[in-house]
Amino acid sequence: MTISDAEVQVRIRVSTPEPESPRLGHSDWPQETVAREIRPAPDRYRNALGKYKVERLAACQSCGHCTEVCRYGVHSKPAGYKFTLRPLDCLCIGPECAETPESCVSQCPHQALSVRPNPTAQCMGDARWSSDLILSTWHQAATGHAAPAHLESRTGASGGGFDSLRFKFEVPGFDQATPVPAGAEIDTGLDLNHRGDGRPQVHIDLPIYGGGMSFGSVSIHTILGKARAAAAWNSFTCTGEGGYHDRLKPYDDYVITQVATGLFGVREDTIQRVRIVEFKYAQGAKPGLGGHLLGDKNTPAVARMREAVAGNALFSPFPFHSVYSVEDHKKHVDWIKEVNRHCLVSVKVSTPTDVDMVAVGSYYAGAHIIHLDGSYGGTGAAPDIAKKNIAMPIEYAVPKVHKFLAAEGIRDKVTLIASGGIRTAYDVLKTIALGADGVVIGTAEMVALGCVRCACCESGRGCPRGIASTDPELMMQVPLEWATQRLINLNNAWREQIVDVLSRLGMTSIRELRGRTDVLCRLSDEEVSQ
Amino acid sequence: MPDRYHIHTVAAPARFRRIGKFANVDWREDCSRCSNCVKPRCLYDVYKRESAYNRDPQTPVETLDECKACLSCVQGCTKGLLGVSVNPEFLDMGDEYWKPEILLTTWNQADTGKIPVSGAGYRGRFHGPGFDSIWTDMSEIVRPTRDGIHGREYISTSVDIGPKPLRLEFTPDGAMLSAPLRLLELQLPAILDMPAWAAQGTRLAAARIAAARELKTLAVVRAGDAVQALPKQLPSVTPVLTREDIANSQDILEGARMAQLWDGPEVVGLAIELLSINPQLTISVRMPLSPASAGRIVELSRAGLKVFHLCADQHGRERLGNGAPGRHIKDSLREVHGRLVAEGLRDEITLIVSGGIALAEHMAKAIICGADLVAVDTALLVALGCRVCRDAHPRDAHGEARCGVAELCPAETDSVDCAYATQRIVNLMGAWHSQLIEVLGAMGIREVRRLRGEVGRAIFMEDIEKEAFGDICRVPRSRVSA
Repeated sequence: MTISDAEVQVRIRVSTPEPESPRLGHSDWPQETVAREIRPAPDRYRNALGKYKVERLAACQSCGHCTEVCRYGVHSKPAGYKFTLRPLDCLCIGPECAETPESCVSQCPHQALSVRPNPTAQCMGDARWSSDLILSTWHQAATGHAAPAHLESRTGASGGGFDSLRFKFEVPGFDQATPVPAGAEIDTGLDLNHRGDGRPQVHIDLPIYGGGMSFGSVSIHTILGKARAAAAWNSFTCTGEGGYHDRLKPYDDYVITQVATGLFGVREDTIQRVRIVEFKYAQGAKPGLGGHLLGDKNTPAVARMREAVAGNALFSPFPFHSVYSVEDHKKHVDWIKEVNRHCLVSVKVSTPTDVDMVAVGSYYAGAHIIHLDGSYGGTGAAPDIAKKNIAMPIEYAVPKVHKFLAAEGIRDKVTLIASGGIRTAYDVLKTIALGADGVVIGTAEMVALGCVRCACCESGRGCPRGIASTDPELMMQVPLEWATQRLINLNNAWREQIVDVLSRLGMTSIRELRGRTDVLCRLSDEEVSQ
Repeated sequence: MPDRYHIHTVAAPARFRRIGKFANVDWREDCSRCSNCVKPRCLYDVYKRESAYNRDPQTPVETLDECKACLSCVQGCTKGLLGVSVNPEFLDMGDEYWKPEILLTTWNQADTGKIPVSGAGYRGRFHGPGFDSIWTDMSEIVRPTRDGIHGREYISTSVDIGPKPLRLEFTPDGAMLSAPLRLLELQLPAILDMPAWAAQGTRLAAARIAAARELKTLAVVRAGDAVQALPKQLPSVTPVLTREDIANSQDILEGARMAQLWDGPEVVGLAIELLSINPQLTISVRMPLSPASAGRIVELSRAGLKVFHLCADQHGRERLGNGAPGRHIKDSLREVHGRLVAEGLRDEITLIVSGGIALAEHMAKAIICGADLVAVDTALLVALGCRVCRDAHPRDAHGEARCGVAELCPAETDSVDCAYATQRIVNLMGAWHSQLIEVLGAMGIREVRRLRGEVGRAIFMEDIEKEAFGDICRVPRSRVSA
């Protein structure tokens, strides 16, 4: 399967909303809609990376036999060409094919071909985000559909948490549920307001929305790509702690304004134009520490929005200086509710040992959404010691809070959103099975935009791949239309997998899965007495 | 408020070519010398530095070891000629505990004295043995005085060595019966210990002593190495003494604030002898960490000894003496701490723990498990460029590696300049100190003394796994991989 030039030109159709359609929010700005269309959005680099590398030796006579043999489009020799083209090894599925007698390796009359694991691909990723996960996320973002079987696209290699949890249908030896009959409608949507307090209902079509990344930490194209994909999927993105960029205004109905400890760029107007406002008490990337924008990334444009001095490192304090008790917290929530009488309030907290108490306190303070940000996630720069050691991973926090809220009798009055290390569609499903209503993703979106997790987001001019950089030259590596399409595609691929799993579990709505730990099992290294 | 304790760090670049994680950007033939070359566009100038080195052999050899594997060049090359791979030399460093990543981050901290910062979230295993199965707590809302750990707030990292009486006792007419309180205050909950294997160069000891003086802590050295200390350095020196050493160490003992004795049948007698030389001296007893430690500490404390240095092995495990690996510090230390609390002795005893303290977080976690302070040993060697080689060292009778062979040591710790080594040690401890403050700040704890034994402010994997996942049925891993 080669991708033609016409398909490479990814276009997004933008249309104005139909006049009679009810407006979702109260924005004063004309709102754009983005079509939910799945189109190919191939890797933006010249050489796409594959898990395997196909080597062609000088012995090749360009006979073209391999182009007839390969079923995956790795080899090609267009009409009129004298030589066979360089193998498109990103399409190769590896030894599973190469070791068969039908493969190009076996069939090459000159033994000029070989297939081996690509050492460059092994340089990407880490235990949490394995090379396979990055490649499979790229595939999903490029095509809009699940990754091929030769890439492990469900779990990483971290050895614990999500990576040690499996659905029972993935493990032999369990009784399986009766699947939903083919053709039945499966609902992946989620209502976010369960308080019954007269505020508008907010519905999202996927149990997923985008995490806060500030202008400055990422480029405007990244921010807008996320916002446009959110608009296409009737979901949300979040401003992060860097103010509200003018170019976000056409997507007001799909944006969450974040009010974080530094209050950078927060104004009455930015609170009033959105449907959800989020308080960020702490973040999983660096629990117990404030946000941190290094001086190099504080360009004049960033500084203007944050009303700060360009070139200075910007530290957000930790915690809120105005909040020293749960009563103060309620005062905060009331303040937002007063400024915007139509919005929902989300409270984003990290995962300390008493996270369950924090969640209950937030509910009684008036929050509609409790957003738990686990300690293994995060996209921004953080001290290594904080990323690994401070606060518990989200896998532990979700069941702890879910059970506690249920015991308090308020589980159905609050929306529990989890984030911090949710990488795949299966992670989303496992989080919900552990007790969350929905999830927020961050790193997965960055990976969809071409992140290789080299961890250089913070240094110098920023991200070498142009995602997390406000450097004018670097950020132009990520075209807006491409970014939008990649994220729309990723959401679609995930939705397909979510629907597939729900139908296997015999469920017709994602809401049925919440707290169903009985569909999960946990892999154990020890001998298990049956 | 007292003057804020500050560690003055100065960049001290590494002496040797550093071994990067990624290397070997390999050419494949066929370069067409096109005008669209990715090499000049490398954001980190890796290729430029490579060519500078090729022109001028005096240029430091760093070349592709600085590659960050952003893969822009690999993916952008017109003809797809470039590739990056993980450097096998990198993977070959260290051992299963002193992982290559630990060595690299320690070198970086010793170079600059700065906290390691990176983007893109946590990258490692979900949990691991020992310290890697503990998470520390944080607070969403903390006390009103807080305005950021880098602002006006003062987080104290000082600890006391010596017994703290629970109460003062007086005679009916008001005279104090209790012995006067004599505490040895250090500004850092870490002392600089001897390397666990025989890389005992006197230069290293001198560097430790100088660094300890600057850091306002103590350097543990062999009695023979203590001789070189200048009189003004003596308060920072903690000699480890045998019976034979005592006679020759009068001057040192008079100037030192603490001395160490190996545990043994005559340790109480030797302690009395030392106190007769310098009654102000704090005596600490050095003993291998073992299941018997708690009992022995209780026994010796009845005889009047109050400071104990428990030495775990280089992987942070008990030394059982039979070659078998014991429990990790986190388990055995909690047991010792718990026993002392149960006996009502905890505030009389000071526990120093060493072995396997490889990262700043280990310092915090060991204190949470019950230590008052830690002793850093191997990490100081790593700061000087040691790679914790597995092969270069002959083994002694106990299977410990010995760095006696100068020509084999890639870090050349024998020939290191003392001032330079001092600065590297100060830098490493400076970075650790800053990281400890980050951890304390996140917890809302304002002094490290309050962290001791605070297991309630930590999350232990065994407990939380049961609490969170206890109702999920377990299956052996083999069932899915099969």
